[in-house]
Amino acid sequence: MSGIDSADVVVVGAGIVGAACAEALSAAGLRVLVLDRGSPAGAATAASGGGVLVSDKDPGPELELAVASRRRWPELIEELRELIGPRSAEVGWEARGGLAVATSAEAIGPLAALTAAQRAAGIEVEDLDSASARDFEPELTEETTAVAYVPDDAGLRPAAATAALLSAVRARGGAVRHGVTATGTATDRSGAITGVRTGAEAIPCRAVVNACGPWAGHFSERIGAAVDVLPWRGVSLVTAPLSRFLTRAVWDAEHLDAGQEAGVPEWIGFEPTASGAVLLGAGRPLVSFEDDLDTAVLRRLARGAIRLFPGLAGVPVVRARNGFRPSTPDRLPVIGEDPRRPGLWHAAGHGGSGVGLAAGTGRLLADLFTGREPVVDPDSFRVDRPELALEAGA
Amino acid sequence: MRRVVVVGGGPAGTAAAKAAAACGVEVVLVEAEPEPGDRRRADRRRLDGVEHLAESEVWAIEPVAGGHRVHVRTGPTDGPDRTGRAIEARALVLATGAHDRTLPFPGWDLPGIHTTQAVLAGTAGIASGERVIVAGPGPFLPPAATSLIEAGARVTAVLEAGDPVAAFLSRPAGVLADRAGAGELARHTAALAGHDVPIARRSAVMAASGRDRVTAVLAARLDEHWNPLPRSLRRFEIDALVVGFGRTPRLELAGAAGCAVEDGSVAVNAAQATSVSGVFAAGELTGIGGAAAAEGAVAGAAAAKLLGARVRAPIKWMRRARAGRRFAAALAEAYPIGPGWREWLSEETPVCPCEGVSYGELRRALAGPGEGGSRQLELVTGAGLGWCRGHRCGRNIAELAGQAEDLGHGGVAAPVRLGELAGER
Repeated sequence: MSGIDSADVVVVGAGIVGAACAEALSAAGLRVLVLDRGSPAGAATAASGGGVLVSDKDPGPELELAVASRRRWPELIEELRELIGPRSAEVGWEARGGLAVATSAEAIGPLAALTAAQRAAGIEVEDLDSASARDFEPELTEETTAVAYVPDDAGLRPAAATAALLSAVRARGGAVRHGVTATGTATDRSGAITGVRTGAEAIPCRAVVNACGPWAGHFSERIGAAVDVLPWRGVSLVTAPLSRFLTRAVWDAEHLDAGQEAGVPEWIGFEPTASGAVLLGAGRPLVSFEDDLDTAVLRRLARGAIRLFPGLAGVPVVRARNGFRPSTPDRLPVIGEDPRRPGLWHAAGHGGSGVGLAAGTGRLLADLFTGREPVVDPDSFRVDRPELALEAGA
Repeated sequence: MRRVVVVGGGPAGTAAAKAAAACGVEVVLVEAEPEPGDRRRADRRRLDGVEHLAESEVWAIEPVAGGHRVHVRTGPTDGPDRTGRAIEARALVLATGAHDRTLPFPGWDLPGIHTTQAVLAGTAGIASGERVIVAGPGPFLPPAATSLIEAGARVTAVLEAGDPVAAFLSRPAGVLADRAGAGELARHTAALAGHDVPIARRSAVMAASGRDRVTAVLAARLDEHWNPLPRSLRRFEIDALVVGFGRTPRLELAGAAGCAVEDGSVAVNAAQATSVSGVFAAGELTGIGGAAAAEGAVAGAAAAKLLGARVRAPIKWMRRARAGRRFAAALAEAYPIGPGWREWLSEETPVCPCEGVSYGELRRALAGPGEGGSRQLELVTGAGLGWCRGHRCGRNIAELAGQAEDLGHGGVAAPVRLGELAGER
């Protein structure tokens, strides 16, 4: 397929969500072409710590998708090993567990409510006292008020996983082209997709998947089928490499309480990396693509970090980067066909959880595309759900 | 807000601070060097009308309405008690200079290996009578070699990786643009001939060996892409090795501010303005071998003009700066670094010495699926996150990975502790 004359499906966006969708569609027998205006896993995926978490999901459709995705990931990796060989499928999968940590009295109740709902949904959660929590993570503060340990939380290397998924697409006769920008779609008189435009070229296809991450909203607008996916700016900090400071993902449960008033929470998460550096992330709703430094956010993140891990006070931050987490008004991803334009599919709006949710998203999209029984109830992720206030397409 | 902040206390920064102050505007000079102990160097500090922050590091530049907020930490970088300050400035002059470019080769971390810059700065400490080889793409090999001879060392050979004479001859306009610089080089080269020091062109050190310190090197002739020519290997027994791979601009602050970079230097116009409004750059930051003081003077005047001071265009300095830039361009062309250097690496050669990441480890990480992007590469291997912040390895790793170096727009320009970030007001 070197000349790329045509494809069954063109996936726009070679981040981890696009790659997972492309892989699942190729596994269903379709000829898939993946396009990215930059390099694969170049944007949001590259900034990720690689967490595959169920512990931080709200019970309901988000948790359902997270559980389905958590189950799918190791199966998918095994299938990739068979198809492309163990070396190419080595994505650093670790079922290491995760911790949610509260350090105030106010957050105890909200965290307990969350874990009760998670248990009701079948998630294994263990309540830990302060001493036990520090058996898991010795650097954690002694001043915890509640800690929930979720053994099912896992992690992988996001760029490696993306590359493995794209290798599978190629192995099945598909193709990946980077440095190619999709500029529009071609449709027939009924408005159904007949191709995707890339500047001068038009590539015939019968379906297009919008997996443009933080730019999914912009892309959807550009092609005349706007969907409300916008970038929430957050910041990631990378510390100097440390010796065994953190083993599992940890997130701060304090925002569970504060979130109720503010309407949208500011969360802090910690992830270990293979190098020993700790990756800290914070999110705050700021719809903006500006890439400049915001010291107020850095200050809040630093304070929160030291509150949970006092030993971090003396640790230098070597990198600070803005991350853009694609988000929707109801904070659920958009997965499904766009009713305004037959053949146009969206797989976007995963917030900061794209890596974890990618396997489940790819599977769900392929289920819907082929008419199989969907792995989770797709209704809450519909493109035309009322919360997204879809405008009539152009 | 109505002030100019100059970052960097070398020739360009000092010139910029002086020039801006002479135009009557408020100037703050931030530099990493601590207050000098001795009286002579303290003289350089006496800049009228300039507030001088010594032992200070700019860790972030934040755009604000009408200019930038410069975040500074003062005190020993290893110490726990640095004080912080945020200074708002209408105009910024970045003069952060350059550091020695290093290329890894087997044995490069052995004691007894120095850079040409260290020799010229007098910090190499090579003893009289020691056998030394001076090698690299230059361009400071001849001056370093004559300096060693004057100190009594025995310079066994000078190995130039390129063929600078031929290169200069092909770009005479560049060379003549800065007669002073070109004349210097010619004088040193002649001096070496006078001392019977053989100068080999298109030759390089492939490997250094020794147990506790370097005792021998293997040298080879190179083709024009720096691939070693077979059967040209020679072994030299030595007591010390001096390598010069040129210098590379310190881009962290300019990168964090979002300044456009071309060929590894900050791009500036005739008024030393960068691509970011209100930010100027001068000195080695804009290119190695230019006229640093002249550039600084132009930048300082332009910054003052931005603040509304009445400034006469410093034509003399602008001409000198332009001539310096042409010479710097000729220099860059005469002393390029060819791609073949990666052929010299063995599996064990450390490419990030701070974090102990070997070439083999890096190659395995790059060969693994999808780790080519620099963000993930450093999170997986740790390369570039160590105490040197990527000075010794960042550019090399980017080249080995086949990518442009990530300049970190919008990030921190220097490491800052979480405790310091938490306390910032």
